[in-house]
Amino acid sequence: MSKKYVMGNGAIALGALSAGVNLISGYPGTPSSEIIETASKYPHEGTYLEWSVNEKAAMEVAAAAAYCGARAMVTMKQVGLNVASDPLMSLAYVGVKGGMVVVAADDPGPISSQTEQDTRRFAEFARIPVFDPSSPEEAFEMVKDAFAYSEKYKTPVILRPTTRVDHAYASIEAPDSFRAGEYEGFVKDSKKWVIFPRLSYANHMVIEKRNTEIGEDFSSYRFNTVTGSSKKAVIATGVSYAYAAEFLKDYPEVRLIKVGAPYPMPESFLLRALEGVTEALCFEELSPFIEESLLKLVGKHRLDIKVRGKLSGDVPSAGENDTDSARRIIGGFLRLEADNSGAELSSAPEPPARPPVLCAGCPHRASFYAVKQAMKGKKAYFCGDIGCYTLGNAMPLDMVDTCLCMGAGITMAQGFNHMDSDAVAVSFAGDSTFFASGITGVVNAVYNAADMIVCILDNSTTAMTGHQPHPGTGRNLMSAPVDKISIEKILIAAGVKKVVTVDPLELDEAIKAVKECAEVKGVKAIIFKSPCVAIVKPDKKMRVNSSCVGCMRCIKEIGCPALSVNDGRVVIDENLCTGCGLCSKLCKVGAIGGV
Amino acid sequence: MKKDIMICGVGGQGTVLASKIIAASAMDEGLTVHSAETIGMAQRGGPVTSHVRIGDDAFSPLISAGGADLLIAFEPSEAVRNLRYLKKDGFVIVNSVPVKPTSLSGGADYDGKAEIEFLTSRCRCLAVNSDELCAPFGSSKFFNVAVLGAAAGTGELGLSADTVRNEIIKTVPQRFLEKNLAAFAAGIKLGAEHSAN
Repeated sequence: MSKKYVMGNGAIALGALSAGVNLISGYPGTPSSEIIETASKYPHEGTYLEWSVNEKAAMEVAAAAAYCGARAMVTMKQVGLNVASDPLMSLAYVGVKGGMVVVAADDPGPISSQTEQDTRRFAEFARIPVFDPSSPEEAFEMVKDAFAYSEKYKTPVILRPTTRVDHAYASIEAPDSFRAGEYEGFVKDSKKWVIFPRLSYANHMVIEKRNTEIGEDFSSYRFNTVTGSSKKAVIATGVSYAYAAEFLKDYPEVRLIKVGAPYPMPESFLLRALEGVTEALCFEELSPFIEESLLKLVGKHRLDIKVRGKLSGDVPSAGENDTDSARRIIGGFLRLEADNSGAELSSAPEPPARPPVLCAGCPHRASFYAVKQAMKGKKAYFCGDIGCYTLGNAMPLDMVDTCLCMGAGITMAQGFNHMDSDAVAVSFAGDSTFFASGITGVVNAVYNAADMIVCILDNSTTAMTGHQPHPGTGRNLMSAPVDKISIEKILIAAGVKKVVTVDPLELDEAIKAVKECAEVKGVKAIIFKSPCVAIVKPDKKMRVNSSCVGCMRCIKEIGCPALSVNDGRVVIDENLCTGCGLCSKLCKVGAIGGV
Repeated sequence: MKKDIMICGVGGQGTVLASKIIAASAMDEGLTVHSAETIGMAQRGGPVTSHVRIGDDAFSPLISAGGADLLIAFEPSEAVRNLRYLKKDGFVIVNSVPVKPTSLSGGADYDGKAEIEFLTSRCRCLAVNSDELCAPFGSSKFFNVAVLGAAAGTGELGLSADTVRNEIIKTVPQRFLEKNLAAFAAGIKLGAEHSAN
């Protein structure tokens, strides 16, 4: 054993490894990606790890392990659970033999996500238990508990950390090496493992009865706690509990109720914790989950408790909580003096906006620019997707008209083509996104005779989430080199009329390729292939010489963050420049060259 | 000891390494540490912060407004952006070299001068020019280690310079170690001079 200073996600991985997990699968997505990455730093016999092609695949791979009696964990971000919801909903009915923990990381804010959905709702929808850690230390313990509950009740369970728990660091006392648990193996029993309407009916009955029992079990769960005894109570969950505890540490008399396992509702715990309470403030993020549970409880038991929270307008409906909102909202509720004597800020200069941008030298910039040039003067719709390249929407590129969810760029471009065939429909998807959910879109477009251009931005990695391998990279988490799966061959096999691979940094060729594709009827594809600048070392830098006339064409056309203006002339920040040379290709006076 | 330290800057400046070294150093001194980093899309050139919380009763992973004892800013406007986290009598170490916002997001005239003026007139503050401080080492990238030296040198870090030096030795790649240690020493000198004045 030793102390390890790890992220909440690392703590989740260490917790699972301590529990003897036999299989962990998942798909990268902020804020969940570091769970599998941490686990991969402790390779040992009997524990299989994989980055799956998407969350649905990951869930199904893990389900089979749990059918074998092995302990399985599957990790994803909250919107990934939407993709994996089909297997999860059925699995909730079928149940498991080995413990199965689904980690779905929520992202209040949202900071790096499309939605502010609340995975506790998903747990309730699927009628399965959910654990809600308030710190990395608690997450480490809860994973182990989650496996035990999963096996006790033969059901998959959800652990739902949120961004601030996933990305917070703490010292965790954990073993230095791990041993995977033993498992029986799959025992055939088609009455148990094959889902049929009759089985679902029978199991539905069992599940509802069982959930009452789990709620009772959760009523003595170690992370459902109450401190203080005031008539006004604060009920908090997840990281919001940490904010509330931080604010209330000088007020130990205030009744603070933590709900670490919110579903199935720990009814008798809540009844006990709320004894003598006249007013309760629910301090939580995303949806008013605890607040609604409490309202149900108050109605069912005819309690005389005024319930406050998001529904009453005391807590904002959207966005994150933090210690400041804890001070304001809880302080206001309890009428406590909220001291906030920070540095004096009057007349401070307004800081400049810094929207996230594509990195200096990012090949996606060149790909977008090539398509933009080729489509100049044409009516065209540009359907983006999820990844770094969503940032192609920023000025001056302005090349992302839509972004919906993973893989939707291709299918939406197809839809636009059917609604407006005068416009050129263009989709952009990254290599990892293509494997995750782009392939079915291409098949759908070819099958339904669409006329569109599919652009694959192939930078040979899953960049946004921290450079995880994918089926096109020739690497996975378990073996030495594996066969690379060719995007080009998949496109050809799907019947795409014309497939071209170009280096986007060869700008003229790239523009020509797009123009040629636009001339062909049907589904065409361009693979823009150039590695992510974060994983290749630059071999040169660009520099502006004295012939710069200050026309600013380079800046206005591509908006690379390495370019700025100094005394009316363009300068290149050599700490940022990767020498991609896109700016030099735009310069009309040849003022930019490599050094 | 109880200390809340915030480190801020622009994605890509090396703030994460600085916060990791502080956290590890505090643990070496037997202290309880929690920290939190900006991860995800904002890392692509957006504002980034690290919250390092030293002490046993830190519940929240994030520092409260008005709670930071020390603000280490890698960039002038980022110091101002996060100044609301600073305690009334807190200390600021700020790099005076600005990172201009991306050309088309506005702020073309921004040069960091007004920010440094504001900070030095309103707070207990040490402004450091990373280009000058790091010139002998050939790259401003050594600023993240140099600024730890400055923080230790002023005494505001609350950790011994030797502990921090040991963590630098453990953390940075061997081939850059010599320059990192020299940058750290230069920072200590600057910090010590500041607190002596």
